[in-house]
Order: sequence, then C-alpha cells, then structure tokens
Amino acid sequence: MPTKILIPTPLRPYTGKKDAVEAHGQTIGEALRDLTSQFADLRPHLFTEDGRLRSFVNVYVNDEDIRYLQREATALKPGDTVSIVPSVAGGVVTFEDRGTRSAGPEPRDLEPTLTNDEVKRYSRHLIMPEVGVDGQRKLKAARVLCIGAGGLGSPVALYLAAAGVGRLGIVDFDTVDFSNLQRQILHGTPDVGRSKLASAKDRLAAINPEVRIDTYETPLTSKNALALFRDYDVIVDGTDNFPTRYLVNDACVLLGKPNAYGSIFRFEGQASVFAFPGGPCYRCLYPEPPPPGLVPSCAEGGVLGVLPGVIGTIQATETIKLILGAGQPLVGRLLLYDAFRMRFRELKLRRDPDCPVCGDHPTIRELIDYDQFCGVTPAAAQPKAKTELPPELETTVEDLKARLDRRDAVFILDVREPQEYQICRIAGSTLIPLGDLPNRLAELPSGEGAPEIVVHCKSGARSAKAVRQLVDRGFTRVRNLKGGILAWIDRVDPSQAKY
Amino acid sequence: MHVTVRLFARLRELTGAAELTRELPDGATVGAAWESLARDFPSLTAYTASVSCAVNEEYSRPSHRLEDGDEIAFLPPVSGG
Repeated sequence: MPTKILIPTPLRPYTGKKDAVEAHGQTIGEALRDLTSQFADLRPHLFTEDGRLRSFVNVYVNDEDIRYLQREATALKPGDTVSIVPSVAGGVVTFEDRGTRSAGPEPRDLEPTLTNDEVKRYSRHLIMPEVGVDGQRKLKAARVLCIGAGGLGSPVALYLAAAGVGRLGIVDFDTVDFSNLQRQILHGTPDVGRSKLASAKDRLAAINPEVRIDTYETPLTSKNALALFRDYDVIVDGTDNFPTRYLVNDACVLLGKPNAYGSIFRFEGQASVFAFPGGPCYRCLYPEPPPPGLVPSCAEGGVLGVLPGVIGTIQATETIKLILGAGQPLVGRLLLYDAFRMRFRELKLRRDPDCPVCGDHPTIRELIDYDQFCGVTPAAAQPKAKTELPPELETTVEDLKARLDRRDAVFILDVREPQEYQICRIAGSTLIPLGDLPNRLAELPSGEGAPEIVVHCKSGARSAKAVRQLVDRGFTRVRNLKGGILAWIDRVDPSQAKY
Repeated sequence: MHVTVRLFARLRELTGAAELTRELPDGATVGAAWESLARDFPSLTAYTASVSCAVNEEYSRPSHRLEDGDEIAFLPPVSGG
C-alpha cells in the first residue's frame, strides 16, 4: 500500500509541482528512495552523494520527527502520512512548518504604515528581504510585554524600542540601586533612587520616541497576569525569581502567547522560546521548582555584568523573529551559554505530553498560587523562625564594639567568602567560609578559658547557620552578630563600603 | 561503562567540576548516575527533585537507560534576571 508523502513548497519544482506524492516502502528510508526514483531531480535535495539523508531535511511521520523514532528505519503503517520539512540552516522548527503566522497581529489589515522619518530610522531593516517594509510594519503593529526592567529586561527593552516595536509594556516595581548599574543598562547613575519604570521610560523615549511605552508598577500576580498579557503578542521573561517564572510560563501557555525566556547565574545563561504552538514550555524543562533558598539569586551569587546583555539580546532577537514570523525560532531547543569558557551549547527539548500545563491532558487550567507552588512564603508573612536564634546566642554590633574597646577576649569568626572579605571586614577577624567550617573546627578556640566566638557574615543568615553548627558540635560560648557586617558598617564603622 | 557528566551553574561549584568521567554498571539509568554522583557529593541531594538532565544533548528523563560513552548533562534551574 503506498504512503502519502507531503512535499513542501521549495521542493515542488522537482515533483512536477505536486504537493503530495505516493511512494512505496516498508520503512521511511525505502519510501524516500522510491520517491527519488520517481523524481530524480529531487534526489540531491534529500540525499547526500553517498546516499545518506541530508542533515537539514527533517522528516515527520504523522507529526512525529523520525529522529525521535527509528530514523530511516522507522516502519510505515497503512494510512501513515509522511512530511518532508527542509530548513535553510538545519533548524528544527520553521514558522511555515508549523503553519503558524507571525506572533503579531495579522498583517495588511491593521498594519500601520511607516512615516518618512520611520523609513529613515529603520532603513537598515528595510533593505533586508527578511524584514523589509512589511516586516517593519509588523514590528510597528506588535505589542511586547517585558517582565522586569533589570539585567535581562534592560537590553530587551532597549533593542526592541530601537527596532521599532510599536508598543512596549514593562512590569516592574523596584527602584534603581547603585548595585544595579553594573548590568542594568537601562538605568544610569542619576537614576539611583528613582523608580525603574520612570527611568526606563525616559531612556527608551530618548532612543525612540515613536514607541509607546506602557508601564505597570506592580508585582506580577495570578490575579493580574492574564489581563495584562492579553493585550500583548509576545511576553519576555526577564524576571529574577522562580514563582514569577512559573507564573509567566503558565499564563503564556493558557493564553497561547509565546514566551521569550532567559535566565542567568554568575557566568552562565539559558534562553529558549516556550509556549510556541507545538513546542515545549518551562515546565517541560523544569517540572519541579527547587526548594526555596537553594538557588542563589544575582544578589546572593553575583553575576557577570555583560551576561544579561548576551542573554537579553538573544531574547530580543527571538522576539523580533516571532513578530516577523521569519527564521527558525528557538523552539524545542534550550540554548546554554557559558561566558567563562565562551561556549554555546544547545539541548533538544520536546513538549512533554504529560506536562501539567501544556501536555495532552493538562491539570492546570487556571493560574495557581505560585508562592505556595515554589514553597515561598511572601516576605511580609515570613516567620523569622528559620534564622532566628535564641537571645543567648545573639549579640549586637554595639555590644561587640564595646567589648573590643574594653579589650575583652573575643574571637571574631567571619564565615563569608574570601572575595567578600576583601571588600570589607572587622579588624582582627578570622575568615573561615561557611562551607569550610566543618573541616576547620580545630582552628577555633575551645576548652576552659577560651574566648567567646562571635560569628558574622554579610547580614546574619549564614552566621546563624554557623552558630547552630558550632552549638551542635559542642561549642558553648558562641554568638551570632545580628545584622552582620552591614550593621557593623551602618552603626559602628561607616568608613567602610557596603556591598 | 564510562559516561561523561557535564554539570552546570551551582552544581559546578558544589562539585568543583564542570565535567567528570564516571564509571557506572551496564544498563544504569540517568537517575542512577545522579544518585551515584550525589553519594560522592552529598550537597547535590538538595537538587534531586528539581534538576533537569539531557543525554547526548537531548532532554531526557531519569528513567532513561545509558550506554557506554554517553554524555549526561545535569542542569539545575537558575532564576537570575
């Protein structure tokens, strides 16, 4: 029984303009060889000279990629339909393959025209066939919502505004801090203390006054996300915490809006496009959130300032391609970037049929409580129990200062990392990073007449853990310095810099 | 059999390595490879539920059976933005 093979437009010149052809074979390999014996001109487009299927030709049996079946040995059953999907540069997905138009509104009907000033401004786009006047009009008609105006949101918003995306929404509720300026290039030194949205709006308007900037000075929540997202074509995830990432993902899947995802850690970043028709979502990659506190944030772990520039510009690039409906989107692929080793890697990622939100039988059909899902208690309601020590195990910076002034014997143990110790320290302190502490207990004073150990870190949380460890190991005279070195600098030694 | 394990982000810091060669019994799964690693580096245990894995650059499940020479990548979630 013959198998129906669907021929894509670029290959139809070689099949007598037929869009579907019948071929015989027990397997994909046999059927394709039968096809090329019927249409000899097609052969070099599908096979290499030594008879191997070309790497950029993707073949699907009933929508399943044969690379995930038995490749050319995949058996054919009666009634199977085979699709040949060539791609220009070996990408997995093209917009045409998926029968998907651009993420922007339908062109022609409501696309705005370009003014003469816009023609000048966007001339470098207009002269490329992949964008052209039609593409630029799609950009002008497009609406993109950027979640976060921080490290990732900065390059995303800057480039999308410069590129002429007609309407740019930004959600953020933070103010600009000195520690943001190393990477959040939307904001400058004079903006410190201002709202990030006010700062962003000024900067983006200076780059491109043609762009409408809508700002939402509010945390993104399960209550407002769907209403906010509805007005936009593409959502860019530039947030900095897990509850919001799952929220953005689920809202995008529920509304069918693509999510240009990016995330960073120290020297490493990830990017992908989630919630694209047929593609995977963030939950297909990470079904389970990590326990709260396990994964350090940028504030806790640090981040290379340039890193969000690289990942954010990838997100902006993908957003523009989604709007244009051109190229191969980063769908079904997780791009991993290692700035330290200067290496990009790519992992294939498929939609999980069992995914609770984008799978075949979704169990999540509306937004949930994402703080609860991620095990995070909102800051306001957070019990202090986790870091709180009994009063006899705590001391204050004033008390420590008084004891040092009296020349009391005190052993000051600093459990921060060496690079933190380089920035600021309490004179006479001993550095043993928290992770090394269990192996270096012998360096601590113990026994009869030993001085009291006062443990400190940056703000008091790590040193509280250290105090618990030391008490468990039998140390009796040990206290945690409340507020850490930040409190020491604030209230005792303002000459030192805080970080 | 021998497999190559690539670690990313925080997992590199916890193990002090971006790449490791591990010996596993024939037919071991990705999950077993992780457990064996976590036995040597107990601080990894906290990531067991949330870590993602890929075999030969393709996203994979813990139940996936490994073959000699496979490259496994373990990716913890990262949230920075």
